[in-house]
Amino acid sequence: MFDSLSDRLDGIFSKIRSRGRLTERDVDEVSREIRLALLEADVNVRVVKSFIGRVKERAIGAEVAKALDPGQQFIKIVHEELVETLGGVTGKLTMSPKPPTVLMLAGLQGSGKTTAAAKLARLLKSQGLHPLLVGADLQRPAAVEQLRVLAGRVDVPFYSEATDPVSVARGAIAEAQRLGRNFVIVDTAGRLQIDTDLMNELRAISDAVQPQNTLLVVDAMTGQEAVNVAEAFNDAVGLDGVILTKIDGDARGGAALSVKEVVGKPILFAGTGEKLDEFEPFHPDRMASRILGMGDVLTLIEKVEATFEEEEKRKAEEIVQSGTLTLEDFLDQMQQIKRMGPLQNVLGMIPGMSKEIRNAEIDDREIARIEAIIRSMTPEERRRPDLINGSRRMRIAQGSGTSTSEINNLLKQFKQVQTMMKGMGGLARKAKGKGKKGKGRMKGPKMPSGFPGGLQGGGLPGGGLPGGALQGKSLPGGFPGLDPEAGLPGFPPR
Amino acid sequence: MVVVIVVVAALVLVMAGAFVAVRVSGRGKERRGVAGEPAAPPVARSGPETATAPDERALPTPSVEELEALLRAPAAPEVEAPPAPPAPPAPSAPPEVAPEVEVVERPRLRDRLGRTRSAFSGAFGRIRGRKIDDETWDELEESLLAADVGMSTTTRLLDAVRTRAKETSATEPDELISLLRDEVVTLLVGDTANGVDGDDRTLHMRAGESNVWMFVGVNGVGKTTTIGKLASQRVGDGCRVVLAAGDTFRAAAADQLQLWAERTGGELVRGQEGADPGSVVFDAMAAASGRGADLVLVDTAGRLHTKSNLMEELKKLRRIVDRTPGALKEVLLVIDASTGQNGLVQAKQFADAVDVTGIALTKLDGTAKGGIVLAIQSELGIPVKVVGVGEGVGDLIEFDPREFAAALFSEEG
Repeated sequence: MFDSLSDRLDGIFSKIRSRGRLTERDVDEVSREIRLALLEADVNVRVVKSFIGRVKERAIGAEVAKALDPGQQFIKIVHEELVETLGGVTGKLTMSPKPPTVLMLAGLQGSGKTTAAAKLARLLKSQGLHPLLVGADLQRPAAVEQLRVLAGRVDVPFYSEATDPVSVARGAIAEAQRLGRNFVIVDTAGRLQIDTDLMNELRAISDAVQPQNTLLVVDAMTGQEAVNVAEAFNDAVGLDGVILTKIDGDARGGAALSVKEVVGKPILFAGTGEKLDEFEPFHPDRMASRILGMGDVLTLIEKVEATFEEEEKRKAEEIVQSGTLTLEDFLDQMQQIKRMGPLQNVLGMIPGMSKEIRNAEIDDREIARIEAIIRSMTPEERRRPDLINGSRRMRIAQGSGTSTSEINNLLKQFKQVQTMMKGMGGLARKAKGKGKKGKGRMKGPKMPSGFPGGLQGGGLPGGGLPGGALQGKSLPGGFPGLDPEAGLPGFPPR
Repeated sequence: MVVVIVVVAALVLVMAGAFVAVRVSGRGKERRGVAGEPAAPPVARSGPETATAPDERALPTPSVEELEALLRAPAAPEVEAPPAPPAPPAPSAPPEVAPEVEVVERPRLRDRLGRTRSAFSGAFGRIRGRKIDDETWDELEESLLAADVGMSTTTRLLDAVRTRAKETSATEPDELISLLRDEVVTLLVGDTANGVDGDDRTLHMRAGESNVWMFVGVNGVGKTTTIGKLASQRVGDGCRVVLAAGDTFRAAAADQLQLWAERTGGELVRGQEGADPGSVVFDAMAAASGRGADLVLVDTAGRLHTKSNLMEELKKLRRIVDRTPGALKEVLLVIDASTGQNGLVQAKQFADAVDVTGIALTKLDGTAKGGIVLAIQSELGIPVKVVGVGEGVGDLIEFDPREFAAALFSEEG
């Protein structure tokens, strides 16, 4: 229904990209479009105004850098401005010199405080801290019970009492000292920022336990209201940071921009899913890239670095460069990718994915079936699938608990992938020989130039299968930037 | 399977690409740092690249169309698993003591929207008493946008006001504001002349047959609370109400509904946490017909409309209810008044999945204006049926478009 902000900007930038230089009129036109796009992304009207003002000023005043075409230049400006607004750097929690450190969560009803509390406890625990979860939401029926259950799931002690929120918070500090926990996470009831009684109660809790960190929990789907909420909570208890929840939806999260601009405190964490491990530090630069449709390349790379073994990385590169892929390689790579989490989530981090793919139903159980089939083959068959005849097929089907038609399906599909790999391998070698410029700007007809080429700098092909297929038509004209000479919007500017 | 194979292949490529990219950018850094020279100008676009172009074309690179076709190729047909055998119903024992049903006077929308109203008046205050100029229109636009009405609906409303202003040769900003109010009402009640009736806001149920209302929405919008309030009202009206705890995902969600059941005198049907919500709905339907209940309120787990598996689950729940033909009278999408433009996408997706009959707009007692419902009604024709305006049991009221508009644009602050 709505084009996402990134899709919109893609459309706009492709218009500029086709022009020679950036005139003041261009800047005006694009500013209007960006204003619209930001408004549709739920950035507050006031914030949009000042944001556009800053972008315009920079854009018109900017020297036309030699290495950049106007489109890239504009993207760079908008991107930098977004990063600056979103926080510039990644924030950190404040630790108390005298344990326990206290953290209090506050926010509207339904923003996700209780879930965030449990996820945060899990994260801190994995970092070697000893958190205590405190249920001080005595308002919503069964909220305490919810946190108790979640605390059990993340294996963190839990404290609450049926008195009043202030006593619960006080009691929790004593309990933490008794148990030797060094980090106390206080979940509070959701409240409207105009509810004077409840805001006073929040202030009372805050006064009682003097939290080093008071975090506002904001739903990424929040609209214009985000500004009022942030202002009121900040006035009442002095916020130290923000947690942005439910960013796994398709809301562009303009609220993040609004809150950040108004409160001036960093967005520290982001909730990325319903599972308790789907919670990560918020990265302003990544969010900016995401808003600009560059995908979340850094998160992806970080995940890859963390999960892929050195050996496997080398193999993956080899496969792509040589263009030969056997079922054995395929199985190996699949193991690595599996470790990165559900395919759907991994896919979401790849820039320029078309909506169709992002929304495709990917059943991770399919992987198990594919694995079973390949594992039922002999090593020889895996290297040379042509060997597989009727009786072998039958054996494999029986061994893997599948049907021969599924095996046919797999082999046929794999063959196509192989062919495409071969094509890309050739391209990769060629591009390598040519140096760094074999990129998304190549203008071959039928070559959906775009992300993979652009991202891969010099080493890889300028289009073709998966990148092209996956991104469909969403990124006309190639992935901007990532020109080593031009500054990389997707990466921290050098 | 097809999708998975292609995706894995794509990921292999991307991974490998990512390593190379990191290395390339790392090298670039070093080089620049050491040499301190201006960056080498980019290789001209003509030249070697042009030379390679024919080769690239010759490569057997499949086109986007081919690939998309590839991806759409039929996967192995999905066989829907037969529904799990219904677990033995686990209805909570009806409370022993007849619960005290709170009799609360339901507040009027206008009383509850006082703050919203003043926020609007404040915005309009700036343009009052001046001539109508571009700034006036900008202010009107900004006020609507600030209420989450969204760009396209805002434009639509203001275009209509412009036309009317010309017709009536309005000269005062006040006249524009009153025209705008009229347009909002028109948008909300629909144009009966064209057979579009947006003004059916009753929650339907018929005496003497099974009536089911289902509640859907994203996480944290207030589904369970809305059900609790509605249960209380209907029990107060003398209905026998069954609450189906179809949210088996969120920890303690069923406990939350149980507390509501105890508070209101409804009867709860629940399953184990993590159980198939389908079985809970099935049991609730059976329990309702067995006990001759008048109304079943089905709670569902909050789900983002982008999670297709969860949306499929929702469709399945609806199919289970539909086994009793005609029982499902309402599918209410619960939307938080502070929701931004994503609310429209939510409404579209939920409507596609389970055919939403109305909106329950919650948390309107804050400063959030809930303007997204204008966009939803305008683009999808789904009317708001009830409004949540507070935490009390009685704080769920009927939505009256005229009051809504009047409250938004009232003269008095």
